[in-house]
Amino acid sequence: MRLKMGQMGRIGRVGRIVLPVLVVVGLWYGVIGLWDMPRFILPSPGQVILTLYDSRVVITENAVVTMGEVLAGIALGAFLGGLSAIGLAMSPLARTLFRPLLVLTQALPVFALAPILTLWFGYGFGSKVAMALLIIYFPVTSAFYDALMRAPADWLALARIMGATPLNVMWHIRIPAALPGFLSGLRLAAVYAPIGAIIGEWVGASKGLGYLMLLANGRAKTDLMFAAVLVLALFTLGLYKAIDALSDEILRRREGR
Amino acid sequence: MTAAPGVYVRGTARVGGKTVFGPLDLSAPGGEWTCILGPSGVGKTTLLACLAGTADGVVLEGAAGADDGRPLAGRVALMAQSDLLMPWLSALDNVLLGDRLRGDAPRAGRAGCLLGRMGLEGMEGRKPTALSGGQRQRVALARTLIEDRPVVLLDEPFSALDVARRAQMQELAADVLSGRTVVHVTHDPAEAARLGSRTLILTPTGLREITPPAAPLPPRRPDATETLALTGRLTRCLLDAA
Repeated sequence: MRLKMGQMGRIGRVGRIVLPVLVVVGLWYGVIGLWDMPRFILPSPGQVILTLYDSRVVITENAVVTMGEVLAGIALGAFLGGLSAIGLAMSPLARTLFRPLLVLTQALPVFALAPILTLWFGYGFGSKVAMALLIIYFPVTSAFYDALMRAPADWLALARIMGATPLNVMWHIRIPAALPGFLSGLRLAAVYAPIGAIIGEWVGASKGLGYLMLLANGRAKTDLMFAAVLVLALFTLGLYKAIDALSDEILRRREGR
Repeated sequence: MTAAPGVYVRGTARVGGKTVFGPLDLSAPGGEWTCILGPSGVGKTTLLACLAGTADGVVLEGAAGADDGRPLAGRVALMAQSDLLMPWLSALDNVLLGDRLRGDAPRAGRAGCLLGRMGLEGMEGRKPTALSGGQRQRVALARTLIEDRPVVLLDEPFSALDVARRAQMQELAADVLSGRTVVHVTHDPAEAARLGSRTLILTPTGLREITPPAAPLPPRRPDATETLALTGRLTRCLLDAA
């Protein structure tokens, strides 16, 4: 174990990112070489990068649309999920009435709802935001609600002895104590929200990376499709890392560490 | 602060049919410092919870309350072994927690003054992670004091501190809590011998009172002959009960 740690140290941070990428690229070229894949089935990494550069304008235009949908979905999902979790934690009646519905939102496959949402919210921005929202609503609500209900019993007992009102306990103890739970819900949202937006775009759109992928696929421009997937993956990864770093910073600062 | 009432817990406490303590008859006289010693798991914390009104899930066959007949709710403050400070609040805001939870105007001046009395001047803005264990317990003591309740329950508040800090905190607490009804649960016979104007031992068979010497008055010096003798008697009783 000690030896392994030492080796990891020597490889370094950059190496830990670059090496797996090199392995994947190597395998990719290997597959193409071994089975003699035609370009429209599996383009080489070099071709994908070249296409990414050549089609940078069209990819950027469409990526900006998807990113907007994802960010709006996360903002709205965080807001509505946060409010729902607080509502559920405040009221036993709300728990009885709405918790089964909450699970239902997760039990329904979002894929099945996509056509309906497109019908309701149109072919534009709205239906994609709704999809992203729907897919992250449950993880955000659930993570935050669980954390709200798990506030340490000793703190709650102290608050009772002090003569606290339930609303003030929620505001001054439960919510701040549950912030880490809310933030881990947001981290999940960063990974799930792009899935929702892309499904929305597949079902019906005239803009966005999902639309571009379908278009490229239909015209056997597999390299363009791969380029769009790559951009989407990098965006999702970046979003996750950004939310992760932001959460750590928020928690670190507020505890004065 | 209104006059400190005496408090009592009488009867048997059960959780899910299993006896936690009792039958017993505990009465802590008003304005005095009552120490309760006992082995782990004998129900000391539950005893305090019965007085604090936080004994959820505990069935007390008997009664707990104040000897002036008025309800205890709103007249009790608690200080526990873990400081129960909110890690996201500064020392000052932790002292003001009670005000905020009740929706009262925060008495920042009073809180700052109490922190000063605890020897924490200049540390009002620090978060708990930036304070030592002893300093955190001082903040908790200031938070207990600002509540200004006539009855104060102490649940092993100093047991996580080293010998010197514990002795300092004992003196500080004895000073600032004098005149209140204190019920102090502890594992440490030496602590009970220093602070108790009454010392009780809680065992599965009930309470046993060990009368402290009439002089010196608490807080007794930790190395005074009388303190050491009382520590010895209390330790003997704990060993016999085990």
